[in-house]
Amino acid sequence: MTVALPISTEPATITDKQPGRWRRMPAKAKAGAVLLGLFALAAIIGPLVSPYDPSYQNPAQSLSMHAPYGAHLLGTTQTGQDVLAQLLMGIRLTLELGLIVGVVATVLAVIVGVTAAYLGGIWDEILSLLSNVVLVIPALPLLIILLGYLSHKGQTATIIVLSALGWPWGARVVRAQTLAIRNRDFISAARETGESTWRILLYEIVPNQVSLIAASFVNTVLYAIGASVALAFIGLADLNTWSLGTILYWAESQNALQLGAWWWFVPPGLAVALMGTALVLLNTGIDELGNPRLRDASSASRIAGHLIRPTDPTPVLHEVPDERGRIGAFLHRFSRASLLDEPAVPDGREDAR
Amino acid sequence: MPFILRRLAFYIVAAWVALTVNFFIPRAMPGNAVQAIMAKFPNLQPAAYRAIQAMLGVGHAGSIWHQYGNYLDDVVHLNFGTDSSQYPASVASLLSATIPWTIILVGTATVIAFLIGTALGIIAGWRHGGWLDRVLPGLMFLQAIPYFFLALILLEVFSQRFHVFPVSQGYSGGLVPGWHWDFISSAIFHSLLPAFTIVITSIAGWMLQMRNVMVTTIGEDYVIAAQAKGLASRRVVFTYAARNALLPQLQGFGLALGFVVSGAIVMEIVFAYPGIGLLLVDAATSNDYPMMQAIFLVITFAVLLANLIVDVIIVFADPRARVREAVR
Repeated sequence: MTVALPISTEPATITDKQPGRWRRMPAKAKAGAVLLGLFALAAIIGPLVSPYDPSYQNPAQSLSMHAPYGAHLLGTTQTGQDVLAQLLMGIRLTLELGLIVGVVATVLAVIVGVTAAYLGGIWDEILSLLSNVVLVIPALPLLIILLGYLSHKGQTATIIVLSALGWPWGARVVRAQTLAIRNRDFISAARETGESTWRILLYEIVPNQVSLIAASFVNTVLYAIGASVALAFIGLADLNTWSLGTILYWAESQNALQLGAWWWFVPPGLAVALMGTALVLLNTGIDELGNPRLRDASSASRIAGHLIRPTDPTPVLHEVPDERGRIGAFLHRFSRASLLDEPAVPDGREDAR
Repeated sequence: MPFILRRLAFYIVAAWVALTVNFFIPRAMPGNAVQAIMAKFPNLQPAAYRAIQAMLGVGHAGSIWHQYGNYLDDVVHLNFGTDSSQYPASVASLLSATIPWTIILVGTATVIAFLIGTALGIIAGWRHGGWLDRVLPGLMFLQAIPYFFLALILLEVFSQRFHVFPVSQGYSGGLVPGWHWDFISSAIFHSLLPAFTIVITSIAGWMLQMRNVMVTTIGEDYVIAAQAKGLASRRVVFTYAARNALLPQLQGFGLALGFVVSGAIVMEIVFAYPGIGLLLVDAATSNDYPMMQAIFLVITFAVLLANLIVDVIIVFADPRARVREAVR
């Protein structure tokens, strides 16, 4: 250290003490993680410590829509049910639904995205076409119809339907990233050493896009919570269970707001909004971790600077290499990405394979 | 084949997928929709089974391909059957009465939100780290609020408490819809609060996206070059940076449309706005299957059409695309 670099731009303090991993996390990610952790805590232990059964209807006339006080911290509903107990149960059910849908849809997205990009050619075009079609069809009306036809509209049905429609956006992101790393040296090296395709996919490609997959997961959870709450609010859910959406449904159908019972209506809505905010903040942090360029930005930042939500197109991180087969090239011409193709290439005739 | 025609072909495929899904949903769902309806109304005679089948269009004679052909033929002729909850009105007539309300309200509000959000995003991206950047977490919170929840709160505050805005409906009772000022002003007045709800909840998304693209664009060499040769910063921001950042934003607009429309649908029921969303939710809660399916098709087609329009705008807005189209 005696011949320390005189022109070092590194602040001297950094060598003294490396702050812990948590300290180095972006502030927004920390805020999101803490907020989400609180909700998770409420979901896990809340219903256990809650003194009331959320469905218990207190027959006392005075406890109908009673404002918050000592015994009922968030007041009571029309039928004397404890709002806090319902809220805790609701957070549990809604978070549980969001996480399950997130896992299922993200797994589907990774499978479709990686398969499309790794196999390439015709498979890529077919799977991309499929994701684009599912993406462009508005989800909520389809969800309403699907659930409308189901006679049993329980949590499981909602999870299946939401997962079935929640994967295409993640698949697009994963596909773009897989394309970008598919031809890197370390993949070629793995192939040369004779690793099987499965091993390359599972141990080389997927781990290299963990932050992207995590972001995709967080966004899918966000979508699932939003959609399930909206569906429950219009009555397309099992109304005998307590999710945040069904609480809002009952509060609205009993005119809670018009009767001044804000304590019945506002907390569940606020819980949804805060959970959503926590997820968005967390996502921002994940991106800033994965992309150092964005770290100084005092705000949301995304993959290659694009904000990516389930609603957004994937930024083109990597142009699709021109090695499509005849049918693949034909299908590709119908995608929005084809706008940026070089016109000089004769359509479909340059069969590289 | 020009880009627009190829995109048109893609949207036709997407529309066909939607049509086909719509055809198979009633036939593939576990249980029987007819029996579900029979169970809901216990005083129906067993003979009504055939009638309900006919109403839902599930009891047709012939093979499934024959039924499929008939179904496509019906859709082409806008024959969506007879509505079951507002019998004997035809589904098509009910739809045509509600579609303009939704298109005008949701369309205008979305375009306004997009324009304001994009403008704010340009400023936030340019003044990277400025005060607009610092309020972003607050905007994320606004974005995370469910549409219908904000709608109910706004309704409570502005209509019930302060009586600034009307409580519900699309126009004052007693007015006859038509092209006269009383009706139009009343309709505009009634649409202010719903439109405000859409703008507030969707503005943050556009802003965040535009800001992020702007931040990346500003780092490009040509922007630095423009600054270095001393161009006015207004010119650098709008002609150099924002002009290029706008293209991903436009693409995002097309795809996000489906989500915005979905949110607006649920919001309509809060305001009892006489649009297609209210109709859909009413249909879903009263098991009005023909209506539900027709509305799904209408909304899907509207979103596809809007996407096609966005594609046209992209071709006009992107000089590179124009040149490529010319070469082809």
